Amino acid sequence: MARLIRTEKEVEGRYEEVWLVVEEDALDQWPDGPLETVGRPAPRQDGRQRATGTARYTADIALPGMLHAAVLRSPHARARVTNLDLEQAREAPGVRAILEPGATDDLVTECHFQGQPIAAVAADTYAQARAALALIDVEFEVLEPLLDPEEAVKQKRLTTEPRTTTRGDPARGFAEADVIVEATYRTQTVLHNSMETHQSVCEWDGDTLVVYISTQFIWGIRDSVSERLGLPPDKVRVVCEYMGGGFGSKNGPDDYTYIAAELAKRTGRPVKCALTRREENVHAGNRNATIQKLRAGARADGTLVALEGEFIASVGWSGWLASTAGPMQMLYDCENLHTVEYGAKLNTPPMKAFRAPGFVEGTFGLECLMDELAASLAIDSLEFRRKNHADATDERPYSSKNLMECYERAEKHWARRGDVRARSDSTWKRGVGLASQIWYGGGGPPSYAWVRLGSDGRATVVTAMQDIGTGTKTAMQQIAAEELGLPIERVEISAGDSARGPYASISAGSSTTPSMGPAVRAAAADAARQVIEIAAQRYHLEERVLSLQGGSVVSADGGSWPLEEVVGLLEDAQILGKGARGPNPTGMQVLTFGVQVAEVAVDVETGEVRVERIAAVHDVGRVINPLGASSQVEGGIIQGIGHTLSEERLLDPETGTILTQTLDAYRMPTIADVPEIVSELLDIPDRHLTNLGSKGLGEPPIVPVAAAIANAIRDATGADVRSLPITREEMLRALEEAKQKTREREKVGARSA
Amino acid sequence: MIELTVNGGRYEVEAPVGRSLAEVLREDLGLTGTKIACFEGHCGACTVQVDGVPVLSCITLVHTVEGREVTTIEGLREHPLVDAFVRADAVQCGFCTPGQIVSAAALVEANASPSSDEIRHAMAGNICRCGTYPKIEEAIHAWRD
Repeated sequence: MARLIRTEKEVEGRYEEVWLVVEEDALDQWPDGPLETVGRPAPRQDGRQRATGTARYTADIALPGMLHAAVLRSPHARARVTNLDLEQAREAPGVRAILEPGATDDLVTECHFQGQPIAAVAADTYAQARAALALIDVEFEVLEPLLDPEEAVKQKRLTTEPRTTTRGDPARGFAEADVIVEATYRTQTVLHNSMETHQSVCEWDGDTLVVYISTQFIWGIRDSVSERLGLPPDKVRVVCEYMGGGFGSKNGPDDYTYIAAELAKRTGRPVKCALTRREENVHAGNRNATIQKLRAGARADGTLVALEGEFIASVGWSGWLASTAGPMQMLYDCENLHTVEYGAKLNTPPMKAFRAPGFVEGTFGLECLMDELAASLAIDSLEFRRKNHADATDERPYSSKNLMECYERAEKHWARRGDVRARSDSTWKRGVGLASQIWYGGGGPPSYAWVRLGSDGRATVVTAMQDIGTGTKTAMQQIAAEELGLPIERVEISAGDSARGPYASISAGSSTTPSMGPAVRAAAADAARQVIEIAAQRYHLEERVLSLQGGSVVSADGGSWPLEEVVGLLEDAQILGKGARGPNPTGMQVLTFGVQVAEVAVDVETGEVRVERIAAVHDVGRVINPLGASSQVEGGIIQGIGHTLSEERLLDPETGTILTQTLDAYRMPTIADVPEIVSELLDIPDRHLTNLGSKGLGEPPIVPVAAAIANAIRDATGADVRSLPITREEMLRALEEAKQKTREREKVGARSA
Repeated sequence: MIELTVNGGRYEVEAPVGRSLAEVLREDLGLTGTKIACFEGHCGACTVQVDGVPVLSCITLVHTVEGREVTTIEGLREHPLVDAFVRADAVQCGFCTPGQIVSAAALVEANASPSSDEIRHAMAGNICRCGTYPKIEEAIHAWRD
């Protein structure tokens, strides 16, 4: 019987209550450790398609009669359109339709940030659409933009009410502290730069709108588009078979989808609207900059007694206030805490989620501060973190937490610091730093999957899920293969189309595997149960002596019947198993943990920083695919190195326009920038979490990277870098500041002597 | 009209001034394995070989390659590097991967056992935002296994 319950759902730290129908026949978790297929390395099952270029991305979709759209966007940070003449553009070669301001809600004449769309053109070719854009006669009254986040806070120009959290009595905590450190940390605006730019193709099929889109959330697109256009949800079909990266920026439909849909409606033809790389770097979202004024107090024995933080996030014109204070609130056991978070409303493009939004920024500040505190107490950094380990930070226990085990395994990497420092010379100073990680990643309901078993003894997992490049399709094949006792080669997956499968989770918040995996396992178990029932009747055996192994139905007394023989009894009929994701454990916090140890070399003459090695130990529950998991860890760390050393969206300070629109100006890591990466996952299933015990891994590895590098820099040089990215300029500034401090200390020392 | 040689086949294509090789490959010849990710020669996703040399097809005007041998990922589908990339998991979202393989194929053609430094030097023009770089290096080292 279907049982209706009320349960809590979390995405990227935001909780909501949802109704959920749960199945009664819950499955026990598998035994620990590598199984037949789960827990063993599996190359991506669609790797060949991606590698050889046969995989069809949204960017590759070319429908018969398809038109191409180009969008006129505000070149100014804040401006009012005073004159707009579309006539010449309308007459341009190949132009089939033009959208004026107001034609969709996104097209406006009051522009609050650079890139805000004003008008759009559809033409036979993209070149014609661009040429027509150039013929649009537009005049602006350019207005003064607000760009300074501190000024915005002063003026109360905020995107949302300030968010305040208080625990215990912070004033008393600081009064009790033997040592107090305080510092201001700054993180920069970072751009996602997915290789496939944001884009969609919209086509009307009767009264159904078909949206081909590069997205992280097929079902979210369906809901948003149907709501905005006033269509019943089942009149919107969303397709995303292959997807060229998102990192948090592709959760919603955005203006380009609505523009394509409206142009398709007006012309009766399919329309593609794709962002150029330069549009991508202006208008596809960003990790917002932050200013973090932090203070921490501890007793002489290293016990944290008070934490305090004021956080300003440069959210932009709109967007949400990611929790930069989260790590300070959650990572350590500290009874007295006060945080306040402001979202500055600026004339800059809206932020979007970017791989552990808020926590990446907040961990940089907190974990640097903790190292400064440990240093002033003369306590070892790793020891300090153990001492202040949190068994709980609110009334809810953790579903599982193995951070102490992570610390244990990190010891051998931490122990290298003597050797690393000894390799310093007069210009290159070397050091080691570490930082801890806390983040979400528990996933949640609703998510559904079907498993179809044919008379050929092959299975297909059917679910309208997307694989954004994380390898989730392969993980789902592994889970189904394990449950069905089949080799993975005999399990296909059909995904990526809302018309071809049931509702599936968003691929954000490290949630795809923990959300979808249990549904897939439940569906496979349902199919397996039916096979066993059939075999029991056909071979006159009791169900309890039968199981599925190695592609056969096997009985306890040694009988064995190939699956195709059993299912073959049904000829062309198919067995269909269905599965749903159950609730997360009630009243528990589901979180991921880890620690990273970075080794760096700093050229104290030029300020060049080289990351030489990063060792990562993360606790994300059961690991489904160790090969794909190591790729996630490496990818997160490499992206983190970019965030730490070279990436920054730069604004013209006068006009607020974006200077880094191209990939030569916005510098992402290349293969030449990659250090040695050692990745270790604990692989301890979370006993309380679903039928799998698996958490997500997409985000945790990027969280501690910047702090681990900055702490290694301090170890190498004595300099406190408190501002990202750590360019040569910032490094030299920090070195100079450190020198000044030493000189002052010496002066004081000389006076007191 | 100009005549192009692509993966050993001959094609007549329109080459108005300013048309890039990448557009002709993708739009006229349907060879969509060549990706356009920046369209200004910064990222390497559009890499093809012209006479065996890696070239950024998005900033190569199509008329300049008339009479030369163009090799795209579609011409390298049976190259052992493809399996090496899949085995090593040097594929995440995969959007940059065809370009990576085209660059790597030119590298191993010239130098069958490149060192890590040589791989990093030859591959530094191919950006991968997912960060598959360690696996790419591993795949190129193991391309003949």
